[in-house]
Amino acid sequence: MANGRLAQVLERHRAQLSSDWIREQTADGVLRDTRIDEAELRGQCDEFLALLVRATLEGGTNVSGPAFAPVRDMLERMARWRGERGFTPSQTALFVLSLKKPIFSRIRVDFEREPGALFQEIWRATELIDSLALLTTEAFQRGREAVIARQQAEMLELSTPVVKLWEGILALPLIGTLDSARTQTVMETLLQRVVETGSEIVIIDITGVPTVDTLVAQHLLKTVSAARLMGVECIISGVRPQIAQTIVHLGVALSDVITKANLADAFKLALSKRGMGIGARTGGV
Amino acid sequence: MDRIPILKMGAFLLVTIQVDMHDRLAMALQDDLSNKIVETGARGVLIDISSLEMVDSFIGRMIANIASVARVLDAETVVVGMRPAVAITLVELGLSLHGVRTALDVERGMELLETALADGPR
Repeated sequence: MANGRLAQVLERHRAQLSSDWIREQTADGVLRDTRIDEAELRGQCDEFLALLVRATLEGGTNVSGPAFAPVRDMLERMARWRGERGFTPSQTALFVLSLKKPIFSRIRVDFEREPGALFQEIWRATELIDSLALLTTEAFQRGREAVIARQQAEMLELSTPVVKLWEGILALPLIGTLDSARTQTVMETLLQRVVETGSEIVIIDITGVPTVDTLVAQHLLKTVSAARLMGVECIISGVRPQIAQTIVHLGVALSDVITKANLADAFKLALSKRGMGIGARTGGV
Repeated sequence: MDRIPILKMGAFLLVTIQVDMHDRLAMALQDDLSNKIVETGARGVLIDISSLEMVDSFIGRMIANIASVARVLDAETVVVGMRPAVAITLVELGLSLHGVRTALDVERGMELLETALADGPR
């Protein structure tokens, strides 16, 4: 089987390939940085070569086949690991690509007498290494995307604190632009807290919301309506002059909702609705 | 067929929905409740939906309808104990139940009914 010849080359010269490969990578300056030491690099190289030899013996050069599953797993792990350490995509892909030269020189030595086979095996090796490098880059990308998604989720949670101001009064200080996904989280967190605390009044403070367009206003109204359905009254506070003008200009119907210019006024109103109040003490200590 | 029980408590009627509402059940409830209001001359109706986990547009509209019917029959209606998920669904469906009074739990609903009847024009 023609496929087997590349595998045999790999198997026969494994030790030699490994040291050539590591030399190749050190020449690129990878080892000179502190993110990876030589022992780790040697470990990764040996593991990869061992898996690669077994995979090519069993499954030829079909990298998407079942024989290559361990190789793909290893590359995925390696790429994520490097991504987390701050390696660039090219540095990560070079891990695989730098194997090309050592393999080519081994093939050249072994097939010196048969130019036809030499060319064929070199082509086979090129295809194999290229597709493995592509896999590595994809895995690297996936790792990065997972990090971004996790950070987004964390930011979403960080940005929606529900504060208890007083017995029965909650405040929701909103900061940043409100999009659909955020509004959904805000709504869910708010309503959940309402159930937990048994509050009757919620103050939504939009001082930190830079712009209110029709979409944001609609999201706000949705939150207010959902809270109302649960028997909670909402007060919107922190409406800045420009925002008030925009809301009127856009023709958004905020008339069913109580709005206040600042949080202090809203809190005062909320207290008085609950039959309480704050005032200066007269003749006290 | 199952029916949702309607309990009389003083001048009020108490409806507790403990099962998942299906369309026929909601229609039967509307029928029973309007009859019961007329029969007992109740001044207030309290609908507890704290066990209701799922609503669709029909059930949402039926809740609004039941409240409107009760109002026509001169009884104040308070819907209490709506779950967050149900509230979000109703808002997303565009049913914000305007004109229906709401409260967090049965106790607060009762208070609301009492003050509404005390302050009311009648």
